[in-house]
Formats: sequence, structure tokens, C-alpha cells
Amino acid sequence: MSEPYRKEIEENEPQEVNSQPPGNKPAKKKARTFSQKQRNIASGYLFISPFYLLFAVFGIFPIIFSFYLAFFQWDGLGDMNFVGLNNFVIIFNDPLFWKSLYNTVIIGLMGTAPQLIVALLLAFALNSVLVKYKGIFRLAIFLPYVTSIVAVAIVFSVLFSNQESGLVNSFIGLFGFDPITWTRSEWGAKVAISAMVFWRWVGYNTIIYLAGMQSIPNDLYEAAKIDGATLRQQIWHITIPMLKPFILFTVFTATIGALQIFAEPHIFQGRGGRPEGITVVLYLYRDAFASNFFGTASATAIVLFFIIIVFASVNMYFANRIGQSSKVGSK
Amino acid sequence: MKSEKNKQTVGKILVYFGLIIVALASLFPFYWMFVMATNPNNLINQSPPAMVPGSELVANFQKVLDSIPFFQAMLNSLIVATSVTLGVIILCSLAGFAFSKLEFPGRSVLFVFILGTMMIPPQLGLIPSYFIITQLGWLSDLRAVIVPGLMNAFGIFWMRQYISSAVPDEIIEAARIDGCTNFRIYWNIIVPTILPAFATLGIIVFMAIWGDYLWPLVVLQDQSMHTIQVALRALMDDRVRDYGMILSGTFWATIPLIVVFLLFNRLFIKSITDGAVKS
Repeated sequence: MSEPYRKEIEENEPQEVNSQPPGNKPAKKKARTFSQKQRNIASGYLFISPFYLLFAVFGIFPIIFSFYLAFFQWDGLGDMNFVGLNNFVIIFNDPLFWKSLYNTVIIGLMGTAPQLIVALLLAFALNSVLVKYKGIFRLAIFLPYVTSIVAVAIVFSVLFSNQESGLVNSFIGLFGFDPITWTRSEWGAKVAISAMVFWRWVGYNTIIYLAGMQSIPNDLYEAAKIDGATLRQQIWHITIPMLKPFILFTVFTATIGALQIFAEPHIFQGRGGRPEGITVVLYLYRDAFASNFFGTASATAIVLFFIIIVFASVNMYFANRIGQSSKVGSK
Repeated sequence: MKSEKNKQTVGKILVYFGLIIVALASLFPFYWMFVMATNPNNLINQSPPAMVPGSELVANFQKVLDSIPFFQAMLNSLIVATSVTLGVIILCSLAGFAFSKLEFPGRSVLFVFILGTMMIPPQLGLIPSYFIITQLGWLSDLRAVIVPGLMNAFGIFWMRQYISSAVPDEIIEAARIDGCTNFRIYWNIIVPTILPAFATLGIIVFMAIWGDYLWPLVVLQDQSMHTIQVALRALMDDRVRDYGMILSGTFWATIPLIVVFLLFNRLFIKSITDGAVKS
């Protein structure tokens, strides 16, 4: 049936478009009036349309409206008053905004930079030919990622409890240190929040690096060994350059994730947060949903957006350069 | 020669030692969560705190049930995460099919646009989205989390990559000659071929939606509509913190995830690495 059927489609195509009287012919006949090309165009648009519809309502419109709202004073109920750049002036003059920015960067650095280095080391260890029981170690290290951020934040809030009996305080007490009021001390809060980030994500990044290492062909190492390369040279000139796309990916996602930290301080320091641990997203959330300052909150969202773009670009730039220089060195 | 061998043994011991320490550090908070969930508050608050499981497992959980609608919250999370996962799988595979196998004007521009949307931080539109939900009358309605969750740029990208490499054009051509419509091709050829991709994308989406916190916190204000994440956080609100109760809730909310993970751990790890490698 296939050949004649196809011919029929081709023959009918030019003249019969739209000439179909509705209802009295079977559906199959109707389909033939459109060429395959037209049908592909129609189904193509139909199949991708849900995304664009949703994006119009929950993507584009909110974004445009955020930019608009940033220039107005609005409490969510009453009139919107145009205030020009005043919202930006307000947040830029608010020490707490700068504090939140500072905290975000510090917590981000403390939570992610050591984490990626440890993940790389762990992946090396797990990938080494010596290690047995890889599956069990991999499982144990990956388990924290399976739990939710909220659960992690709750468990760590209790671990880093302010009381002398708190587990971390008991532990440092063994070494003669005084108990720390973690939620209210400048560095205590940051250390606790960074620890949550570190613990939950280190296994995830290890798994990514491990997958990357396993994709490196073994011949490269064999050849290097024959040429007398030491383990260090192998790591530096083969593993790291070959892992570049994976390192790029993890640095990129970790940076973006770090700039959006919210749940950890929101749970650790209580609903309102405290200056020691407030992050940009928490600052934004408080402004909008605790104080009903929707104009300044939108201004914060826009500043955050630009910060993320800048960080992402700087990241890409450096990650690229690092990869290139080690490749040059390998020649 | 001998010293070379000794060196290797020492290296081996160091590697194992390091890995065991890390594995214990990874697992310890889980153990300790269980210890706290089974002990009365006064044993937790003594110095040093309790380190072995106690006998309050049921009593602590009873207190959780008295303070939050625990099972309702788990059910809400399950409804939200399951519907978003199913929806995303279907919508993204349809779009991925269109972007990889159907020719239409503007295809590459439209696709690049979708990739571009991945760069936008979700917080940028947070406030207006909240007002849209208010206008729709979906405040404290699970639809407020489900419907926006169906928009998933990564999923489309990922399905497009998968379908391009997994489904040969010849099969689609052959099906067309036999008179299949595009939807039939999708349903009878694409879907059965990409079931592994469904599983991996499904895990990624399910975990992301299950663990989401900020958006449900903003739009699901009614306690009976809380997802488990928002409900767990509410346990922390009491002035006098009953840690046994708080960690009992956290423990019982985490256990199902761990069980599912242990059952399908290969699939989990595969989905995470696939997701990373493809992007």
C-alpha cells in the first residue's frame, strides 16, 4: 500500500489544499491534502508550543514586569508610584544589601572552592586502579545529594546549635575551645552555612569528575608512562586538560548555585535571617514577602541578575584560560 | 625495588584511609539524624549529647504528627513532583522530537532561544510570578507549583540531543511511507526508543521539584497545601526547639528518598552524570 499511497499524497498536494468539505470524508483522506512538509511544519510548531506558552506567562512577562516594577514604589495592594531610580538608590544605600552581597560571595567561595578541590581529589582516589569497593564509597559519598536542601539545613542547624551541648561545640570543646554561638557570630554563621553546601554537593561533583575521568582513554596514560612521565605529570598534563569540560561545568553550576543560596540561611537563622548570614536572595525575599517592598525587591532581583551574568562570564573566561595554558604546557 | 613496593603500599593505605574518613563524614549526619529522632529532648541537650539511638522513635513522630500535617505534606509533594515529572517528560520529548527531526522555519533560532532562557536566574521573575499566581486564584493551590514547573528548557535540550543520536532518520522515513502521522511516529517509534532518557530526565526533574523550597514557600501559604520541604521548615518555628521532634520529621521525610535511591542507585548516578555530560 505504501508506494501508491505516497504518490497520491504528492499528486493531490497542489490542488486540493482547503478544498475539503468538512465532515463527510474520513479523517485519513483529509490528512492527504497537506504535503509532508506542511505537516512537519504544523506538528513542529504544535509540539514546541507548550514551552513558549508557559514561558510567555511565567517567563517573559514576569521578567519584563520585574524591570518595570523596579522603577516603582509598590506595596502589592495600593497604587504604584513611579520613583525612577530611587529603588536602586535605596538598596545601594542600605548597608544590609551590601552585607548580603558580601555574605553571598564569602559563603559561595567557602562552600564551593574547597568543595571542588576535594571532589577532584576524591575522584582521583576512586578512579585509581588500586581502590576496591568503589561502588560502596561512591554510594556513601553521593547519598547527601539525595536528601533535600531543607533536610540538610535542619540537620546542620542542630549540629551547629549554639548550646554548649551542640555536637560541633562539644567536639571543639574536646580541644579546649569555647562554645561558639554559631547563628549569631560573623564567621560562625558563614562556616555553618558553607558546611551545608559543602556536605551536600561534594559527592555530586565527585561523581561528575569520576565520569569525566573514566571517559579518558587509557592509551594516553600508557604512552605517557612509556615516555617516563611521573604521576604528577600525568595528572597535570593529561587528566586536568581532558577534564576541562567537566571542570567548567561544575565551576559554572557551583557559582550560579552559590549566588542563589536561600534555604540554608533561611532555615539556619530563622525566618527573618540575621545580618551574619543573610544572602542576596534572602534579602530580596524579606523585602518582598515580609515587608511588602516590592519595588526595592525587584531592584535587588535585577542587580542579582546582572551579577550572575558577570560572574558567569568571568568564570567562563578564566576556566577557558586555565584549560588552555595546561594544554600548551603538555606539548 | 623493595622501597618502590613499600611506597605503593603506603600510598594505598593513605588512599583508603582518606576515603573511609570521607565516607564516614558523609554518612554520619544520617546516623545522627536517626539518633536524635529516637531520643528525648533532654538527652539531646545534655553535654555531651546522646550518641546512641534511644526509645522515643514513636513518641517523637507522634509529636511531629501533632504539629504539622506530615502525611498530607508528603502526599502534596508526591502529587506535585509526579505530575511535573510526567508533564515535563511528555512536553520535552515532543519538543525534542520537533527540534531534532521535523523541519520548520525558525527551528534553530527558536532552539537557541530556549537555551538562552536557561541563563536567567529564577529569582528574577519571582515577584511578578507571585502576582500572576494570585491573579489566577492559584495561591495555596498545587497548580501554582505544577504549571510553572512544566516549563523546562534543560529537558528540551536534553531530549533533542538524545533523540538526534538514538533515533535514525531512516526509521522515521519508513514510517512516513507507511502513512504514519507525526504524532504516531512520536508515540510508536520515538517513545519506545527513548525510554532510558525518560528514566534519567524523570529522576533529575523529580528530585529538583521534590527538593524545591523558595517557590512553594512563596505560593503555598495554606498549611494543608504545604509541600514536605515547607512543612519541615515549619517544625523549626517553635520557640522552644524540640530537636527530637524536628529531626524525627526530617528523618521520616528523608527515608523514602534513601530507600528509592538504594534501589535504583545506578540509575540515579547515571542520570546525574548524563545530565552533566550532555550540557
